[in-house]
Amino acid sequence: MLLIHCPYCVDTLPELEFAYAGEAHIARPANPMSQSDEEWRDFLFIRSNPRGLHAERWRHIHGCGRFFNALRDTVSDKFSVTYKAGRPRPDLEKAVQVPK
Amino acid sequence: MTHFSALSLLKNALTGNKNWTEQWPDAQPKKEYDVIIVGAGGHGLGAAYYLAKEHGITNVAVIEKGWLGGGNTGRNTTIIRSNYLYDESAKLYDHALDLWDNLSTELNYNIMYSKRGVMMLAHNVHDVQSFQRHIHSNRLNGVDNRWLSTAEAKAFCPPLNVSPDARYPVMGAALQMRAGTARHDAVAWGYARAAAKRGVDIIQNCPVISIRRAADGSVDGVETAKGFIRAKKVAVSAAGHTSVIMQSAGVKMPLESYPLQALVSEPIKPVFPCVVMSNTVHAYISQSDKGELVIGSGTDQYVSYSQRGGLPLIEHTVAAICEVFPIFNRMRMLRKWGGIVDVTPDRSAILGKTPVKGLYVNCGWGTGGFKATPGAAHLLAWTVAKDEPHKLNAPFTLERFTTGRLIDEAAAAAVAH
Ligand SMILES: Cc1cc2nc3c(=O)[nH]c(=O)nc-3n(C[C@H](O)[C@H](O)[C@H](O)COP(=O)(O)OP(=O)(O)OC[C@H]3O[C@@H](n4cnc5c(N)ncnc54)[C@H](O)[C@@H]3O)c2cc1C
Ligand SMILES: [Zn+2]
Repeated sequence: MLLIHCPYCVDTLPELEFAYAGEAHIARPANPMSQSDEEWRDFLFIRSNPRGLHAERWRHIHGCGRFFNALRDTVSDKFSVTYKAGRPRPDLEKAVQVPK
Repeated sequence: MTHFSALSLLKNALTGNKNWTEQWPDAQPKKEYDVIIVGAGGHGLGAAYYLAKEHGITNVAVIEKGWLGGGNTGRNTTIIRSNYLYDESAKLYDHALDLWDNLSTELNYNIMYSKRGVMMLAHNVHDVQSFQRHIHSNRLNGVDNRWLSTAEAKAFCPPLNVSPDARYPVMGAALQMRAGTARHDAVAWGYARAAAKRGVDIIQNCPVISIRRAADGSVDGVETAKGFIRAKKVAVSAAGHTSVIMQSAGVKMPLESYPLQALVSEPIKPVFPCVVMSNTVHAYISQSDKGELVIGSGTDQYVSYSQRGGLPLIEHTVAAICEVFPIFNRMRMLRKWGGIVDVTPDRSAILGKTPVKGLYVNCGWGTGGFKATPGAAHLLAWTVAKDEPHKLNAPFTLERFTTGRLIDEAAAAAVAH
């Protein structure tokens, strides 16, 4: 079971309290009317799906109820960091060794 | 290699089974092939077989990072059925069912296809309506699927708990009689053997690191752990790892990779006559010929390449099984495992050409592509050989995510194998 740190509750809690909510930092287009079909495709459907560090949203559904973001390694499933929604993605790439 | 027959069995039995030859040679890569297939799962091996058999293209390599059949082909719960809602899917999966029918004879390899019937349980009004809609739509497509009352469901599968105060009451079920199971490893081995016999090289323990493109943008070959191998046509059939490989050719995919888990019990005498699926409570069960109960669950919630998955999901699945089949609640489970499944936004596969000349992709089969194995393989071979899709896979393009012409089995079924 994953142990996940909620940055609002400042507590590390079992996965069962949380709901995964997809890749993070995919911003809704500011001006939907001017989007091309390709831009809509990228926004709606294309996902980075990396083997390595993944920025993703989680929601503390059985706790504070709030959304936050996390960087997690998709090979080891280990979390590197969780951070509040609205914050930019922390630049860990240089610091963290990504196993291949 | 030896042709399997009653006579060859007898002959080898009399000589102490010491004279069987290897089923396929362990090939080392040549410098160049006409076609390279990335991934030796059932789909990739089958595609190589059909390329050789139906299109006369035998200078083919199937390149596998681990051992053949070690991906989802060897990890799945082997449910085979074709009662999908939309016309495109029903035709595609029914094409596969037609091929399953004769596959053991065709490959001279017993793949143990058993048409024991797949029964899908309805636990609430929504399930009843949705399954009946599937049944009507299937009938229009000539796909076998029928409605069973609660009593009929119980008669078809005696271990089922149909008590009205059950936690998951059974309000009826949809039954496809042509559906069933097959021996997953045998499918990979049978295709591998039949493809190798026709001259295909099967190269194991050789990860494809990236796809190399020529100056004009078309495919030039693949970089592998055993060096560069040239080919003007490359077909990627790598299930959960497709995004990573396609990325190396500059193609971003509408895919996410999730762990999907399964488990088996200790072996017991035959007690379970069919396959039962319960999409609502996420539990899928059948009994193997060895006697083990084979139990499948839903995907874990987060993307991962770990081939592991979390225990909470197993607990949830087993709890559901014990509610629906209380007879099993003191059984011991022997082992559990996970595979990495590639899920598309509409839960339909992608099988066709890509924006890169000479690059083809077969992926997005997610939690339910074992049943499609012969069909997908056959259509991938066609698409690669003719450089255009067969009419059955023509709707399953990558472009549908740009045009919006989705085949939305996700909305139709929520989740299903
Ligand atoms: C637990 C579980 C239960 C399932 N239950 C069912 C079911 O009941 N019914 C059903 O129809 N489907 C089921 N599925 C789905 C089904 O297993 C798959 O859709 C199907 O087997 C896919 O076949 P494939 O040949 O495309 O993929 P795979 O068998 O996964 O083959 C892909 C191959 O590509 C190789 N590969 C990956 N990356 C590289 C690389 N870089 N270089 C070289 N090789 C590479 C992999 O090692 C792998 O062997 C289940 C899946 C799982 C995990
Ligand atoms: Zn919280």
